[in-house]
Amino acid sequence: MKSKITRIILITVSFIFIGGMLVLPLSSVIVYALRDGIKAYKEAVFDEYTVKALYLTIIATMSAVALNTLFGIFAAWTITKFNFRGKQLLTTLIDIPFAISPVIAGLLFILIFGRVGWAYDFIEKYNIKIVFAIPGIILATIFVTFPFVSREIIPVLNSQGKDEEEAAALMGADGFKIFRKITLPHMKWALLYGVILCTARAMGEFGAVSVLSGHLRGKTNTLPLHVEILYNEFNLTSAFAVSSILVIMAIIILILRNIVEYKGKKAGEL
Amino acid sequence: MNKRRLLSLGLTLVLSIGVLTGCGSKSEIIEITNVSYDPTREFYEAYNEEFKAYWKEKTDQEVTIVQSHGGSGKQARSVIEGNEADVVTLALAQDITAIEEAGLIEAGWIDEFEKNSSPYTSTIVFLVRSGNPKNIKDWDDLIKDGVEVITPNPKSSGGARWNFLAAWGFADELYGGAQDKITEFITKLYNNVIVLDSGARGSTTTFVENGQGDVLIAWENEAYLSLKEHPDEYEIITPSISILAEPSVAVVDEVTKKRDTAEVASGYISYLYSDAAQRLAGENYYRPSNEEILQEFSNVFDLNSRLITIDDFGGWEEASKEFFVDGALFDQIYSE
Amino acid sequence: MKELIKKTKGKYGKKIIPGFGISMGITISFLSLIVLIPMASIIVNASGLSFEEFIGIVTEKQVVSGYKVSFLCAFIAALINSGFGVILAWVLVKYEFPGKRILDGLIELPFALPTAVAGITLTALYSDKGWIGKIFAGAGIQIAYTKVGIIIAMVFIGIPFVVRAIQPVLEKLDTQYEEAATMLGASGSKTFLKVILPEIFPAMLTGFGLALARGIGEYGSVVFIAGNIPYKTQIAPLLIMTKLEQYKYADATGIALVMLIASFLILLIINIVQSYMNKVTNN
Repeated sequence: MKSKITRIILITVSFIFIGGMLVLPLSSVIVYALRDGIKAYKEAVFDEYTVKALYLTIIATMSAVALNTLFGIFAAWTITKFNFRGKQLLTTLIDIPFAISPVIAGLLFILIFGRVGWAYDFIEKYNIKIVFAIPGIILATIFVTFPFVSREIIPVLNSQGKDEEEAAALMGADGFKIFRKITLPHMKWALLYGVILCTARAMGEFGAVSVLSGHLRGKTNTLPLHVEILYNEFNLTSAFAVSSILVIMAIIILILRNIVEYKGKKAGEL
Repeated sequence: MNKRRLLSLGLTLVLSIGVLTGCGSKSEIIEITNVSYDPTREFYEAYNEEFKAYWKEKTDQEVTIVQSHGGSGKQARSVIEGNEADVVTLALAQDITAIEEAGLIEAGWIDEFEKNSSPYTSTIVFLVRSGNPKNIKDWDDLIKDGVEVITPNPKSSGGARWNFLAAWGFADELYGGAQDKITEFITKLYNNVIVLDSGARGSTTTFVENGQGDVLIAWENEAYLSLKEHPDEYEIITPSISILAEPSVAVVDEVTKKRDTAEVASGYISYLYSDAAQRLAGENYYRPSNEEILQEFSNVFDLNSRLITIDDFGGWEEASKEFFVDGALFDQIYSE
Repeated sequence: MKELIKKTKGKYGKKIIPGFGISMGITISFLSLIVLIPMASIIVNASGLSFEEFIGIVTEKQVVSGYKVSFLCAFIAALINSGFGVILAWVLVKYEFPGKRILDGLIELPFALPTAVAGITLTALYSDKGWIGKIFAGAGIQIAYTKVGIIIAMVFIGIPFVVRAIQPVLEKLDTQYEEAATMLGASGSKTFLKVILPEIFPAMLTGFGLALARGIGEYGSVVFIAGNIPYKTQIAPLLIMTKLEQYKYADATGIALVMLIASFLILLIINIVQSYMNKVTNN
């Protein structure tokens, strides 16, 4: 009886919290977006520049997720399966991108590749453009989402310990086989959460990218930047319409995740 | 192992596509980039079409213009940091001077085009709620108890420095230059500011969308943009004394030399002074710098208020040092 | 690299699981390329200042009050997030109820929304004219343009970190312990405090640390809902922007460096505590 009451209270608290903190803000984005009617909404969403910005956002997000997933798996494996000096330092260094104000993160790359940066003369000689061009946007996105995947996996692998892996190694399994047969199944869901978090964050990244994009319309604008520009141009409704694309993209990804997770758990893999 | 190799191959591919598209390809059409500040988009969108037609007729060259908009100071920084702009059209001369000091624009740019290189100007006005419930007529109404003011921070928004200077100009006149009285006036004014947004657009949102405050101190053209969107909810009040806000324009010499676009960039700015472009500016609520064309818009703008200029403060360098650098007057207004 | 391996081998004995060299190598090279080398440029840039200048800039009154506002608000927000994070993760893992999967799916949405949009929307909702703010304004509580507003924005951007850090650990937690504890007559709250909390605490700490660090550096969403009044609601990242607006790169990177070191230390302490606790629970 008592636990039933606890259960009801906890569920209610969750719904109120999520409702007030997340659902209301997100639904007001949609309300704002549709304020001037469906026609204005369509115009903003199918605008030439919006479509170009969407394309760039997808490229940057995919690059960031691919690289950070690869990195995350290696980093988590290194940190949780071996003992070595400076482990906490390494873990903390990986977390650093969380602690940096996104504006400063963008500035970092300006201070390297920008006209004021130390690598400018070199890349200028080969006519490579990094900042105020697409490579810079990709770099900044990778930077701000760098720890996402590893950070999700590490706690799970830590709480799992490493006895199973050590046993397998003593029985003569090679590293890759151990990873595939033992570690991967343990961290599957955490990996999935990490990838989803990373995708969501990469899509929405604004501060860092804003600093090194140059806001060139149709060239270096991602969706979040396009939102900012529309907003600054006193075009509030369009700004929210374009934001709603990001919300919808996020919802699609989350539905996909749910399907994968549901199927996986149903198959009794967990 | 294969999977891993595939993944890294994919990554290299994605990154190199990025690099390649970043380099872009040279085509026959000349392309110039105009790095501008926020509320000029509609004006330049219309002007660019006008200019393309004019340039095609004059030189038989096709030209496309890439636009970039953002906060004025932030835009100037991006040019300094390597954003390749052929022309800059910013909110205040100080931002272009910063680009000059970085070595991208040759000294003396301000005299290169007419009227201090300001083809259009604006001024600082008040936006109040419909019916003007607090009966705000002039600057001294803003320091009364219970009047809530919205204005951006002049330290984080270059454009908002004009707001501060306009208020100072009024107080200077009122107290005949008595420094401590003026300072007291300004202190009272900023103590009435309930939200000190980081930029002009933020302040407008605070006032218009979130319903905060009784009066918004704003650029005239931006006040008109708000009025256009909500015609029945607001009124514009022009104070007795304001300042002539001069957004400046310049050709970025280093970039145009490198890209061989000096001629078209210079033509782009010169044409801003043509009658057609001046009228376009007026239609977008900027005051045309051509006096005759300005008179055509006398039913829109209140041309009776007295306008001081930045020269009354001895130029931007002096004004910055006295008011806006760290520890200067603006910082002293606030205490713990 | 080789020395490091040798050294660690000397101390901890032979490594049983293979693949240490390659995975450590990849980790370090990515880390250097993406994070460490760019980070070094902050230090190089800030070193354009003499030591006295640096100290002068980073201890200026307004700047110090900026740190205080940012740290205090981020700390409270991270605490709130830890509390609700545990409840949410618990509800999502342990209970079945209608709408559960929707609730689960919503957690990451704050990330996908550009911070500026989050800021504008939250301000619209929580200002005294907004849907939620109106209710509180009736009780005489102002939310937007106060520290409370800043905390709300930081809670919004931080919640996914905590929930998603705890959830996988809870999912992996063996229900046998709980069942055993209940069978031995422990009450629900006692089971939670004595059995479950110690297991999820390290993950909770991670979530707390990440949410805290993210809140300290946050600019885009906070700047709209904070009133930005100096000494009251002005956050440290805004002061960095103010420095940049005056084209003072060295000053800006100086303040950034101080914030960075502080966040780094917080994260480092949390990581050390966490690994210590893992050792204790694993033995």
